Amino acid sequence: MAIEVNGKTYETDEEGYLTDISEWNEDVAKLLAEQENVNMSEQHWEVINFLREYYNEFQIAPAVRVLTKAIGKKLGPEKGNSQYLYELFPYGPGKQACKIAGLPKPTGCI
Amino acid sequence: MAAPEFAVPELKEFRAIPALQPGVMAHSKPNVANEKINEAIGFPGELVENWQEKAIDKMGDLLSKYRSLKVYLDSCVHCGACTDKCHYFLGTGDPKNMPVARQDLLRNVYRRYFTPAGKLFPKLVGATDLTREVLDDWYKYFYQCSECRRCSVFCPYGIDTAEITMAGRAIMDSVGLGQKYANEILGKVIRIGNNLGLPGPALEDTLQGLEEDVKEETGLDVRFPVDVKGAEVLLITPSADFFAEPHIDSLIGYAKVFHAAGISWTLSSKASEAGNFGLFNGSYEMMRKVALRIREAALELGSKRIVVGECGHAWRVAYSYWNTLTGVGAGGDDPFARQLQSQLDLRYKQPMHICEFTWDLIQRDALKFDKDANDHRIVTFHDSCNVARASRMGDTPGGQFEIPRNIIRAVANKYFEMPHGSTHEQTFCCGGGGGVLTDELTEIRVKGALPRMDALNHVVQANGVNFMATICAICKAQFTKVLPYYKFNRGMVGGVHQLVSTAIRLGDK
Repeated sequence: MAIEVNGKTYETDEEGYLTDISEWNEDVAKLLAEQENVNMSEQHWEVINFLREYYNEFQIAPAVRVLTKAIGKKLGPEKGNSQYLYELFPYGPGKQACKIAGLPKPTGCI
Repeated sequence: MAAPEFAVPELKEFRAIPALQPGVMAHSKPNVANEKINEAIGFPGELVENWQEKAIDKMGDLLSKYRSLKVYLDSCVHCGACTDKCHYFLGTGDPKNMPVARQDLLRNVYRRYFTPAGKLFPKLVGATDLTREVLDDWYKYFYQCSECRRCSVFCPYGIDTAEITMAGRAIMDSVGLGQKYANEILGKVIRIGNNLGLPGPALEDTLQGLEEDVKEETGLDVRFPVDVKGAEVLLITPSADFFAEPHIDSLIGYAKVFHAAGISWTLSSKASEAGNFGLFNGSYEMMRKVALRIREAALELGSKRIVVGECGHAWRVAYSYWNTLTGVGAGGDDPFARQLQSQLDLRYKQPMHICEFTWDLIQRDALKFDKDANDHRIVTFHDSCNVARASRMGDTPGGQFEIPRNIIRAVANKYFEMPHGSTHEQTFCCGGGGGVLTDELTEIRVKGALPRMDALNHVVQANGVNFMATICAICKAQFTKVLPYYKFNRGMVGGVHQLVSTAIRLGDK
């Protein structure tokens, strides 16, 4: 599978995750979000940017709790919970947000 | 990945056996593992050219190794007792999801190539050639079985249907038709140490964050140690406990129990996974490879006891297979297994389930609780299939049912049972077990959860239940996903040690 953004083709796996994470850019993220019916707001970008920063450091997406804590610090404590993340990414903050951030899909019993 | 469109069944108080809908789930199949994923764990990269011949050879190999498989394939008399016992059949009405019909997909091929009658008069005995169509049916329907073994409870011959599913999957893996979800995970656990692919530094960072959180909550320094040599207990827990919600709340519960009891413990970055998907794939070699990481960690760390966290199939592997796979428990007979045997403190059960561990402390009055702290919860308990039907806890029959319930009653005031026939050894699978917990199988997962959702709805309506406790990472993840399809709050599911965590008294508090 592949997606096309600004005339360039990006390869994705059968579930729509970017194959080469180094190819990610904001326009790609916007298209991936559109395919997920997610309307990207500033808050969405906060999550996406945090995911990418964390991934760069640890080569894995952050645990849900690590993410909620970080978002709570950035956007206010009332938003530092998974309920809020589900509001932003209804299909599940872990998987859907990772996809838009260009990260591999988290696997396991999650 | 927007939610797939399908009709979610309605909940009912009394459910009739569904009308047959042939082929209604024939579109359901998991993503196929690519070359890289398969080859990383020693399977052919893609479907081999002479797959038919290879598949029959593999079947012969399995039959020669496992007499049980031959007995199960030979002894079914098609009495029909299992037909309406499968949650996937009850949720879909697809006749190939009747356990007997699903097994027959493999049994008919067995007859054709391994029995005299099938070789000579295939049509008379329902024997079928292994065609591409049959292989495709295997791939679809052996991944609409969660290997939960509820049907086996009702089989008058005691046929372990899960073993037939496992054989089917093992044969497909051997010819290069592997499932992406499970095989990718096996690659990660063997390469990195856990199903998530969580590297050591990320694990340490996450655990450090938890220490801060618990400090904030309790004012106490509750530790989450990793790779501590000489710690008495090595805790082996599913990696979802580090990563996902509600799983992580049980991990906090375990840490508080160790803290309150004053028992030194550690996690291992090498063996940071209890789960063992080798079981799901029917691969003894893979199961051993995954389990050996735990032995290596235990030997390196000098652990005296091995305790297993809330993970259903892991407890089955630990309870039933670790002894001969690794030497945790008696039975292993190689130098390392013998070394581990002499290292472990055999006054304790080896391995021990975290529920046995906690219940033992409760009985000895070593833990104190404020039960009222759980008063906002009205609790029920979902028996996880591999714990309920493939293992035991404690010293008496049925301990695997009673011990988790005893803990819940010790830490919470309000507890109600779901209806008879949906609990204990007759428990219904969550719908996501056995390696089907993957997004592309959402439809079968949601429909397969129907019988459990019916039972839950009963206690929700009758008793106001708002919390379903369970001791399996797959159950927790599956319910978090499917509860909203049935208009329940996803936060209703959680772990037994999550309840412990809420009520346990630490320090002076």
